[in-house]
Amino acid sequence: MPLLELSDVTADYGAVRALHGVSLSVDEGTVVSVLGANGAGKTTTLRAISGTVRTSGAITYAGKAVGRSPEQAARTGIAHVPEGRGTFVELTVWENLRLGAYTARRAEFDRVLAYFPWLSERRDQQAGTLSGGEQQMLALARALMARPRLLLLDEPSLGLAPMIVRELFAIVGRLNAEEKLTVLVVEQNANVALDASQHAYVLEAGRVAVEGTSEELRRNESVRRSYLGY
Amino acid sequence: MLAYTFSDYAQQVVSGLSSGGVYALLALAIVIIYRSTGVINFAQGEMATFTTFIAFSLMHHMSYWPAFFLTCAIAFAGAVALERVVIRPIEQAPVLTLVIVTLGLALMFNGASAWIWGGAVHQFDSPFSTRPIHVAGVAFSIQDLGIIAVSLVLVLLLWLLFQFTKLGLALRASALNPEASRFVGIRVGWMLAFGWGLAAAIGAVAGMLTAPLSGLDFNMMLTLLLYAFAAAVLGGLESPLGAVVGGLLFGVVLNLVAMWHVVGSSLKLPVGLAVILLVLLVRPNGLFGRTVVRKV
Repeated sequence: MPLLELSDVTADYGAVRALHGVSLSVDEGTVVSVLGANGAGKTTTLRAISGTVRTSGAITYAGKAVGRSPEQAARTGIAHVPEGRGTFVELTVWENLRLGAYTARRAEFDRVLAYFPWLSERRDQQAGTLSGGEQQMLALARALMARPRLLLLDEPSLGLAPMIVRELFAIVGRLNAEEKLTVLVVEQNANVALDASQHAYVLEAGRVAVEGTSEELRRNESVRRSYLGY
Repeated sequence: MLAYTFSDYAQQVVSGLSSGGVYALLALAIVIIYRSTGVINFAQGEMATFTTFIAFSLMHHMSYWPAFFLTCAIAFAGAVALERVVIRPIEQAPVLTLVIVTLGLALMFNGASAWIWGGAVHQFDSPFSTRPIHVAGVAFSIQDLGIIAVSLVLVLLLWLLFQFTKLGLALRASALNPEASRFVGIRVGWMLAFGWGLAAAIGAVAGMLTAPLSGLDFNMMLTLLLYAFAAAVLGGLESPLGAVVGGLLFGVVLNLVAMWHVVGSSLKLPVGLAVILLVLLVRPNGLFGRTVVRKV
């Protein structure tokens, strides 16, 4: 049984329908990516799971219905790193990490800092003064503090230099391999996302257009032309 | 101004710090709600008066300190309920709507105080003696020193709460970035209600400290609330530290201005406000206005 399953999910922003019946599933311990152009519904798919948009259809996580509110999602072990990172820019690095552990019984700094050793030197720095890449790493570290079972990453590569993006996805890969963390990542950078994931979905205009293993999608003619650019 | 001695100035500064301590607490209450919701709670003063009346009634049945702490608890619980019932449903409304609602609450509490406890001025007990004590040849009132001490202890406790506890961090996070706070599992709605409770309890302390000096009547907080607004704006509406410093500074400045016989106590308020205006011309965000460094 998959850890997360969306079945025929629609989502609306007021009168505008952003998802027209999306179905997808994420097996425990895998990395799954969602690709697509701007406005295809990638971010909305994540927002449906964490309950920040009005939806219909079934969203099941670990056998239970979710998608009511982000507080509920956080409490059931889903960590959502929103686009724009959701960093508390006015607070210090350490305070951001403490907030990440808000729902955890205790804050396990060491476990998380093993992946981001440089954060401990910056612990008293205001998070807003970190570079874009550092802020994205901090957002990821903050999400890990909650000891999530499912990590939702929204456009982690946005605005970052290619080297930083590689570094970031390397950490995601390690988390998946070493901690059996399940990851659902939304990306416009299809190359990077397909490298990092085992399974992938392509969204077009609020519907799943193509799905398959990342290998299959790489070989898919139209995916290659539209999203990989060769 | 020349005719005054050091002792006169020292006395005026201490008595200014004492009234300033009360402005500071009320300003702090305003800032706590403003930071988390962007709304100035115009009912803050009347809520303080109402809870001071509750303390007044409780003190017929128990001694001072139990009544003091029980009043704080009642103020806290009452304001949490008020936020849930009255403010929560209109959370998403335009700011003007919220402002009108808090003005309505102010009138309601003012009327309720007058209706329940009458229009007379009541004498309100003080835990501190009005006897002077002499320090280095200067006579200070124990009452003033007590008020300063209570204000500072309360400010210190609040600082410890906000800075070093998980709850305090969640309160700050909710005020700074409600959306991101929900993503880490903070129940932001309850944090806002908690902020209202905290502000009301602080207001209750301000009311109980000032009532022995001014006498307790249903209009006790009218001018005090104006002073508190002035203090909050002076400090920078977003800054709790600013509210405290602004309040103390405003109290001292008013007293020193009044010593100048051209001004006297009748003109001290306009002159004091002119001082604030000057400060704001130079620093429009107040003395401690928030500046945030952002990188994208």
